[in-house]
Amino acid sequence: MSELLLEARNLAKYFGYGFLGRTKFPAVDNVSLTMENFPKILTIAGESGCGKTTLARILLGFIKPDEGVVLYKGKNVHKLKRGEKKLFRKEVQAIFQDPYETFNPLKKVDTYLFGTAKHMLGVNSKEAFARVEKVLEFVGLSIKEVVDKKPREFSGGQLQRISIARALLAEPRLIIADEPVSMIDVSLRMNILNMFKDLREEGVSFIYITHDLATAYYISDEIAVMYRGMIVEIGPASEVLLNQYHPYTKTLVKSLPEPGKREEWLKEKVNPPGIEIKEFLVSGCKYADICPNSSEKCIKERPPLFKVGNVKVACWNYQDQD
Amino acid sequence: MKNMSIVLKCLNVKGGYELSEAYIDAVSNVSLELRTNEIFGIAGESGCGKSTFIKTIYGYIEPPLILKDGTIELYGRNGKTFNISSLSLGYLRKNVWWKYISYIPQNAMNVLNPTMRIRDHFAEIYKEHMGLKKRDSYTRAQEYIESFGLPNEVLSAFPHQLSGGMRQRVVIALSLLFEPDIVLADEPTSALDVINQRVSLVFLRKAQRKLKNTIVVVSHDMGVQSVLTDRMGIMYAGKIVEIGETQTIFENPLHPYTKMLIKSLPRLGDKTRRVGAKGQPPDLRNPPPGCRFHPRCPYSKPICRKEEPTLLEAEQGHYVSCWLME
Repeated sequence: MSELLLEARNLAKYFGYGFLGRTKFPAVDNVSLTMENFPKILTIAGESGCGKTTLARILLGFIKPDEGVVLYKGKNVHKLKRGEKKLFRKEVQAIFQDPYETFNPLKKVDTYLFGTAKHMLGVNSKEAFARVEKVLEFVGLSIKEVVDKKPREFSGGQLQRISIARALLAEPRLIIADEPVSMIDVSLRMNILNMFKDLREEGVSFIYITHDLATAYYISDEIAVMYRGMIVEIGPASEVLLNQYHPYTKTLVKSLPEPGKREEWLKEKVNPPGIEIKEFLVSGCKYADICPNSSEKCIKERPPLFKVGNVKVACWNYQDQD
Repeated sequence: MKNMSIVLKCLNVKGGYELSEAYIDAVSNVSLELRTNEIFGIAGESGCGKSTFIKTIYGYIEPPLILKDGTIELYGRNGKTFNISSLSLGYLRKNVWWKYISYIPQNAMNVLNPTMRIRDHFAEIYKEHMGLKKRDSYTRAQEYIESFGLPNEVLSAFPHQLSGGMRQRVVIALSLLFEPDIVLADEPTSALDVINQRVSLVFLRKAQRKLKNTIVVVSHDMGVQSVLTDRMGIMYAGKIVEIGETQTIFENPLHPYTKMLIKSLPRLGDKTRRVGAKGQPPDLRNPPPGCRFHPRCPYSKPICRKEEPTLLEAEQGHYVSCWLME
């Protein structure tokens, strides 16, 4: 059994802009990913506008890609039959950035929990209660604290933990979490990330989508760095983040504000990337206009992913090492 | 430290939100001195009162926000002193704001008027405060923008044509237009990605070093505090619990809350398990008695539950309010 859990092949998604949206630009551009059958945490890192959320929505089956396929256990996620779809929705769970948007503000939070237990698992009320109690306990809440309350009665951290509990109720194989801790205070953030780590030990895989490289380093096994819709570097998290092959990854890591980095952080000059649509449309490397080492080839031709040890890098500088 | 001149002094400032059903004790008896030529950071989690505190310093007090007690004095250039806490909004607007103290609210990059070109934002402020004609203000704005090393084209652009980072730098430049003695910046880069954050903050720091004035940066991000600020204060539940030089605070944090904030910070190259805090920050409608951190503090003693600790100097220039230090 070498079947993959999830595989994304050459995904692309175009959005229109300009007059009547007739010009298209790729928000996700030729992205391929694999999640093996063993539990792992894959981070998709990138700045706002790099296409990471669009990618997550494609992987979750919420939007259809214009090119490429997403296979879950070998089946096309966007063409599932009814029974298969139910299984996919159960086994692949989502956690979003803003927990207040996850839940209907007028509905009591516990109805989501009991509803999920009954519908996804098909258990009776008594069993549902036991399951809800168990997942809440895992996220550090008691059922008494949760029952009969509306979303606004919880703090952001508490509500995010409830949304994790809800996801866990379905006994997922894979959780796709889009910036799950960016709205949570630092003192509580680590508790949630530790929870992900512990769940991974219990066999749950994660796709963790974030702009925060420090938390990415902390929890992930693998990382893919996205820039302007493309993966520019992918490989083991510690190797990518500590060695940084792609010039963009280098700039990102250098810009990370961390204690003890004051001197170099303040000194060096960096060019901020623009947000021009035309940068998405260039035929060559999308980073070429900012890159300090770009050559004519970079401007003309798009680099494929070259292998450098365990890491794959989309940069012509590594052509010879492949 | 004798030669350090003080530019702003807050003494026992008490302020909060008077709501119909409750009073939110957001700034609870805070005293602080700001020095000239420094970047002072205020750190703390959401809801700790840091934004309310700098709003109070600015004198921007409108219901439901009220100032219950305390004084805020600004010692401006040329010997001008303003007792901000006793001045009316109208007076502040006309004579103090922009010239002596300016304020960059949270998400300030979105406060630019979308129908006005950037140069007209400058013109409007020049007109209001100096009575300049449009054409003169354009020339001045151009010189000014160039002196910061920002590209000239920015002036003729509409806000939406600029990136978030550039808009933020424009707002920073605007706040410094009349070279105020103090600039208060509330989470100036929390909406930006790391590269733009770095460019904007380096920009802010360069401007500060040039003008030798005082900039207060409110940021929950301890990473930002560590690389940007000279001194900092840590707020928890409406109180400043620790003040000191930034480097000292990161090397030798004294308050258990500060220790926890620094310890829970993930860093590249370090995978050791980080432990966050237990519990939640308190509800400021009904804050706990004694030290407000005691319900979450791993070292709390009986006295912590009863009496409030005072801010004491533990080593030179390093203040902390914690019973463990006494």
